Amino acid sequence: MQFGIMSVSDITRDPVSGVTPSEAERIDAIVKIAVHAEEVGLDVFAIGEHHNPPFVSSSPTTLLAHIGALTERLVLTTSTTLVTTNDPVRLAEEYAMLQHLVKGRMDLMLGRGNTAPVYPWFGQDIRQGLPLALENYNLLHRLWREDVVDWEGQFRTPLQGFTSTPRPLDDVPPFVWHGSIRTPEIAEQAAYYGNGYFANNIFWPKEHYQRLIRFYRQRFEHYGHGTQKQAIVGLGGQAFLAKNSQDAHDRFRPYFNEAPVYGHGPTMEDFEEMTPLSVGSPQEVIDKTLTFRDAFGDYQRQLFLVDHAGLPLKTVLEQLDLLGEHVVPVLRAELAARRDPEAAEAPTHAALVTAKYGDAEPRQPRPNANRGDNVTGGSPYQDSETAVAAYPSL
Amino acid sequence: MTDFRLVVVSAGVSEPSSTRLLADRATQRVSALALQRGHAVTVTTVDLRELLPELPTAMSNQLLGPKFTRAVDALVGADALVVATPVYKAGASGLFTSFFQVLDNDLLIGKPVILAATAGTARHALVVDEELRALFAYLRTLPVPTSLFAATEDWTDKALGARIDRAAKELVLLMESGFARAVKDESWGAYQHSYGSAGGTELGIELDSDLMRLATGGSLRDSDEDPFDPRRQV
Repeated sequence: MQFGIMSVSDITRDPVSGVTPSEAERIDAIVKIAVHAEEVGLDVFAIGEHHNPPFVSSSPTTLLAHIGALTERLVLTTSTTLVTTNDPVRLAEEYAMLQHLVKGRMDLMLGRGNTAPVYPWFGQDIRQGLPLALENYNLLHRLWREDVVDWEGQFRTPLQGFTSTPRPLDDVPPFVWHGSIRTPEIAEQAAYYGNGYFANNIFWPKEHYQRLIRFYRQRFEHYGHGTQKQAIVGLGGQAFLAKNSQDAHDRFRPYFNEAPVYGHGPTMEDFEEMTPLSVGSPQEVIDKTLTFRDAFGDYQRQLFLVDHAGLPLKTVLEQLDLLGEHVVPVLRAELAARRDPEAAEAPTHAALVTAKYGDAEPRQPRPNANRGDNVTGGSPYQDSETAVAAYPSL
Repeated sequence: MTDFRLVVVSAGVSEPSSTRLLADRATQRVSALALQRGHAVTVTTVDLRELLPELPTAMSNQLLGPKFTRAVDALVGADALVVATPVYKAGASGLFTSFFQVLDNDLLIGKPVILAATAGTARHALVVDEELRALFAYLRTLPVPTSLFAATEDWTDKALGARIDRAAKELVLLMESGFARAVKDESWGAYQHSYGSAGGTELGIELDSDLMRLATGGSLRDSDEDPFDPRRQV
């Protein structure tokens, strides 16, 4: 079981101090938050992807590579990578590069993005969002598994003899999560490929995605990737902590009331009752988080949203201290005690390497000398020489 | 004979409310007529005023509070509706339209509805036919032909009672026809639904679709035309 934080990278005015951080300040803060997440013993840091102000994270792999250089254990991931407006070829290249740089300490979560104006900026149309996401992932999946890809789809220009470089680290593709809370097709795709399924667990009444997670587990088993209990599920959540409940409510309330997404709407108490938000003492947050397992079964990754709505860096770092010291260790112990022995471990690069190679050495692709194209042969890599058809002899 | 579940939605806010009174008179006639014809009617009343505190969240986040959820559950099971709104500034009350705007598009398909409105002046009489009828057409309900409208002077006019009788009769006949249930049983799939819609009841997952084939490595392109389609058996 992995615990971590996910950031949407919003730059929001701090309603208490009145200060809006600059983009430079917010980027520095995100790096500090990620590094501190490792220091307090968390396992995962996830960053969102956006292409419009007031968000700052447009280039997740650049940011994550930097954080990777500053950390040693932390698994770096996204929440989410836009599989609709990004070209799957660029995703294959960028995330494979990241995977090499951080020595496999990464994975990624795919999402569609729901801001209509962003799509045309990248030549796409939100009305095609779902087929675009499905088709793009089909291509991404192949680009990481086949040295040379011939491909033609509905949305992207066709590929002939294309090799995505670098090949994934150890020739083991990054683990992929598919994020969704209301789209059965996304759950089906996650299950079909044996990938992970992630529910952001922030808003929607949980009954809806409870059903989708069950469906994903059934289909995961149907496609032969393991039993339903071995399916790989991740959940979001949001928490604000203080030593006691009253302080947590008092300190978080001004931020909650002004929060970009749900501010000026429900009361914080109503929102706590109706959604997974937990505001309170460590014990209260622990109790609420434990209910997630009751609702969704054993799961592999828990990400908390902690750095949003204008909360200043100092407060976020304190939140991490509380999470790392008082909440996560208890959750680890409690969830481990309740865990079904059949449940899957959280996915890691090391585990995927072992699953693919056993004790054997992983493949390390070495390219042949440039022959000007890679259309005419099989693989451009030395270890696949036999498959290379070379030029026809006359 | 069949037992019917009738849901009354009233957007009246005063106490007592003439809007609620009009809805209640229609409801009583519906129950009485149905009973004469051998049907028992269970009535659930949704007083929208009580949902006011939950309205902002429902409108901004589609997050329904407990009262809202109970109202939706009642509507899911309804065989027919009586809806009534006061007219403000020449239009239906904002509370009334907001409530129906929050509901799923496919929540009320095929259900018969009595449309009713009250106002301080007869000059608002067409609000029911010109505004409410459009809203309930969008929701693909079956509004009865007779609309109910009561301005101040109508309360003492026997003609209002006659119109209430007529609308009630129309509603009972439509309920008896079983139209909504037949639509649900026979052509539900012909309407647009999304996962979790129809008040959270639309949770079936269709595996046999182009998108599901695309989700499982297939192609949107016609497999005959796509030489790279992995499903092609070469």
